[in-house]
Amino acid sequence: MTRKLLVLSLLLLAFMSTFSTATFAAGSEEDKTSFIMHHVKDSHEWHFATFGHTHVTLPLPVIIYSGDRGLEFFSSSDFQNHETHAFGEEFAHEGYYIDEHDHLGRVDGASFIDLSITKNVVMMFLVMILLASLALSAANHYKKNGAVAPKGAAALIEPIVIFVRDEIAKNSIGPKYKKFVPYLITLFLFIWFGNLLGLLPGAANMTGNIAVTMVLAVLTFIITNVNGNKDYWKHVFATPGVPIPMLLIIVPVEIIGLFTKPFALMVRLFVAITAGHIVILGFIALAFIFESYSIGIASTLMVTFINIIELLVATIQAYVFTLFSAMYIGGAVAEHAHDDHH
Amino acid sequence: MDLITPGSGLIFWQLFGFLGLLFILIKFAWKPMLAALDERESSIENALKAAETARNEMANLKAENEKLLAEARLERDTILKKAHDASAKMIEEAKAEAVKTGAQMIENAKAVIETEKKAALADVKTQVATLTLEVTEKLLRKNLSEDKAQKELVDEFIKDLKLN
Repeated sequence: MTRKLLVLSLLLLAFMSTFSTATFAAGSEEDKTSFIMHHVKDSHEWHFATFGHTHVTLPLPVIIYSGDRGLEFFSSSDFQNHETHAFGEEFAHEGYYIDEHDHLGRVDGASFIDLSITKNVVMMFLVMILLASLALSAANHYKKNGAVAPKGAAALIEPIVIFVRDEIAKNSIGPKYKKFVPYLITLFLFIWFGNLLGLLPGAANMTGNIAVTMVLAVLTFIITNVNGNKDYWKHVFATPGVPIPMLLIIVPVEIIGLFTKPFALMVRLFVAITAGHIVILGFIALAFIFESYSIGIASTLMVTFINIIELLVATIQAYVFTLFSAMYIGGAVAEHAHDDHH
Repeated sequence: MDLITPGSGLIFWQLFGFLGLLFILIKFAWKPMLAALDERESSIENALKAAETARNEMANLKAENEKLLAEARLERDTILKKAHDASAKMIEEAKAEAVKTGAQMIENAKAVIETEKKAALADVKTQVATLTLEVTEKLLRKNLSEDKAQKELVDEFIKDLKLN
């Protein structure tokens, strides 16, 4: 069985190599690695594969809001060459264009807001639909059967819910944890599912996009500061046990600290997931750069290995983001017994 | 689209999408689920407590049963001992009674024998007297011819008397 699989994968690899040579070898060195950054970044269309000159893509809606023209809807295929599927300023459509770097632009240079359903937005919706259907069918189980042992989707979701509630919320927030458990569960599952689905071939690097991590970090920031109690704000603006002249230095540091926490959340998740994708794609690119079977086999093995590590990273990063969110919230709602205790 | 510049569209959709997801999941998934979990945990806790109480009650009941059993055993022993004593006493009494009765009977028999003996002796004496009278009468009738013969005769009669 193992030998059969090995032979099969080698054949597949040989086939892929010849086939890739046809598609990639024609280009320059830069073209051979440009797909890495193209994958990691967001895009106005979902590109799955290229067979010779045939592009397998999913055109996505382009939604634009501008002060003078209001809300407008287009398809991403309106802005590209139908043969090569290339974007460019020369393929402008109704005054808008998408340039080679996937930037939306306006021919007359006036201001507008790009609200397009990009690749990552679609990916996000897929994650949300999957998460919502699992969570709702799990909840349905309890509605139907009452408080009995979990089954089906409930058996999948329940251990995670209990883990987030007991290990993350209860431990990090303290006695007032109950209010924040639903947010933390949603956060954990959204990031975790996003990380895992992002590892699938052809999937988008959604949780490795800075806009996504920024929104999540901002939500944690808002929840933390809205729930901050007297002790928390006193700590920031009149740090106890510090002489008054020192407050001139401490207070700005504390205020900056309020913002560095969500900033760290945002950057950590973005970097961890994006770096993982870049490493995997980098190993794949090696085969195209060297155009060698042995390098192809070696890099495939490395890609498999790193994919396994990425599964771990996906879980760890979801855990870390949720844990730190819980700790920040915990710091804001905690009752300090002693003023000098930090 | 740049790597470290957040796209406006993505921010917009992510913000409202995530808030919508949060709202739906909190309302329809996490609240019922967490409530069910709490309910189950409390029911398990209650069941455990009830089991503990039942176990304690069982232990108490068992101890009580054992106590009752021990008491019953003790009572049985006492009753048996009493019965044993009573029967022993009765046997003793019966024996004493029997001995007494036997002695009485022997006494009575002795008295009867004595009476009979006395009566017999009296009878014998009467007979002797009668015989003596008869002997005397015969002797007197023989006219007392010879002294010697008389003497012998008397001796003979006396001898006969002694034998009786």
